[in-house]
Amino acid sequence: MLRLADVSKTFFAGTPNERRALRHVDLRLAKGDFVTVIGSNGAGKSTLLNVIAGSLPVDCGTVQIAGRNVVKVPDYKRASMIGRVFQDPAAGTAPHLTIEQNLAVAESRGKRRGLGKGVTRARRHRYEHDLQTLELGLESRMRHRVGLLSGGQRQALSLLMASFTGPDLLLLDEHTAALDPQRAELVLGITERVVRDSGLTALMVTHNMDQALRMGNRLLMMHEGEIVFQLDEAAKKDATVTDLLAMFGQVKGQLTDRTLLG
Amino acid sequence: MANTLELGMLYALLALGVFLTYRILNFADLTVDGSFTTGAGTAALLITNGMHPLIGTAAGFVAGSLGGLATGLLHTKLHIDPLLASILTMIALWSVNLRIMGKANLSLLNQPTVFTPLAERGLVSTWWSVGILAALAIAAKLVIDAFLATNFGLAVQSTGDNPAMASSLGISTDTTKIVTLMLANGLVGLSGALIAQLQGFADIQMGVGLILVGLASVIVGNAILGTRFMFLASLGVIVGSATYRLVIFFALRWDVLSPQDMKLISATLVVIALVISQSKGIRAFFARISPWRRSDTVPEPLLAVPSTGEEEA
Ligand SMILES: Nc1ncnc2c1ncn2[C@@H]1O[C@H](COP(=O)(O)OP(=O)(O)O)[C@@H](O)[C@H]1O
Ligand SMILES: [Mg+2]
Repeated sequence: MLRLADVSKTFFAGTPNERRALRHVDLRLAKGDFVTVIGSNGAGKSTLLNVIAGSLPVDCGTVQIAGRNVVKVPDYKRASMIGRVFQDPAAGTAPHLTIEQNLAVAESRGKRRGLGKGVTRARRHRYEHDLQTLELGLESRMRHRVGLLSGGQRQALSLLMASFTGPDLLLLDEHTAALDPQRAELVLGITERVVRDSGLTALMVTHNMDQALRMGNRLLMMHEGEIVFQLDEAAKKDATVTDLLAMFGQVKGQLTDRTLLG
Repeated sequence: MANTLELGMLYALLALGVFLTYRILNFADLTVDGSFTTGAGTAALLITNGMHPLIGTAAGFVAGSLGGLATGLLHTKLHIDPLLASILTMIALWSVNLRIMGKANLSLLNQPTVFTPLAERGLVSTWWSVGILAALAIAAKLVIDAFLATNFGLAVQSTGDNPAMASSLGISTDTTKIVTLMLANGLVGLSGALIAQLQGFADIQMGVGLILVGLASVIVGNAILGTRFMFLASLGVIVGSATYRLVIFFALRWDVLSPQDMKLISATLVVIALVISQSKGIRAFFARISPWRRSDTVPEPLLAVPSTGEEEA
């Protein structure tokens, strides 16, 4: 479903501020894979998602989604294949539009946006049903502006907007990090359900190792722009947070050695 | 007074254009000062050359929208900041407008205009014509409301509200910006074409400072009727335009002020309106007298006045 080959991305190349955010990254996701991504700050996790979504151009390498090389396809055209939820609850919704209008904007993803009515009766009916699955009571507030919702409600709505059209790929970037633990749990629960029920292929970045182990069927860790190790389904099942920390320490040690020797 | 309101209804078309860019698209578009005269000059040129006034008026719309197209392309394709892109177009249009008109002032005296049928019945500057022009402004407002409620219109609104979200949902924000700038400046050009015909001339200076008139109308109107519902937000723009003309009308009755102080009055009015629309106390007052705004606490975007955060908290 997703295939990255030898993807690199450097910010401020050739200046003293040079930042190598991605170094020769290879990655393959099969259809239905739900991969969690962990790694320290600045490891390149967000850059990885941005490169997949096309918000950032790659320096070299190829990105294939559903068999199609999309390196030259602009982000708004890739959007028909990709649903995204960001860390900031304000990032994924339009605050001055109502809940139903936001959903209508999301539903038209990948379709021609013409002069047909945006929120039709049929759509409103469907949204009511979709919102009910979130169990947040949003179905009775469809004409309220999204700016009036709490962070957790907005993330749940963003998740619905990102997924209900059945994209090839769902990209989640620390989408629960800005929420309090209770709401984070709630949004995680919704995430799990949405991905499972629609059989989506997903990449979820998180800083919470426990979450990373609990969710999804594969896990990968990034460090300094590289994918430093991956756990497949079997390995992930038995792994614990202690294991992850140990592996991370090992990798870090190796990298430091390499830097010292290199 | 009727004449004042007539102008208020015609300038309301310009204000609706400013509403689209400033309020909906969140784009500080100064093209207006140029595209207004482009619309006026084009209509005057065609009418003096024997074209039907309705064709001249329609051409004013098209000519104005081309000004919006220029600003849109400068911004989206050449990545020039909105303010600068629109100033560039505005200044370039000055020369274009002189080319269109051939001279600084083009008279429409003794020419047929869209107002001729009204004039023949002695209805110009009466409440009849105010009513007819108000109907025109409201028709334009309803078209805008309907446009903004379409799939494309919602894409336009998202572009102004959250551009990153818009492109992540597959909206080409370049397209939405260009189309909206064209529509907005088309309305501005239409306003110019009609005002030239009402006054009986087009003048190279007639657009100078009109962006402030548009902004004042939008800000005053939105302060009065609120922005919670699109229907009231765009209606407010028409109310704002009428209010603005009335303020000028009464200000000029005061001996100290003369017509040359118009621009000063405009600028002052915009400052007052901006202060009012930001003031918590005054917002609360309007919320009390207009019940539909009570639960509406979403902060409004403000041109060149970044909200301080604490003010909204
Ligand atoms: N838009 C950008 N411009 C410049 N540098 C960036 C940009 N985005 C990320 N970086 C840099 O790239 C590196 C990886 O960042 P990021 O992908 O955001 O890390 P993560 O999400 O894993 O914390 C960091 O060193 C960061 O400073
Ligand atoms: Mg990040």
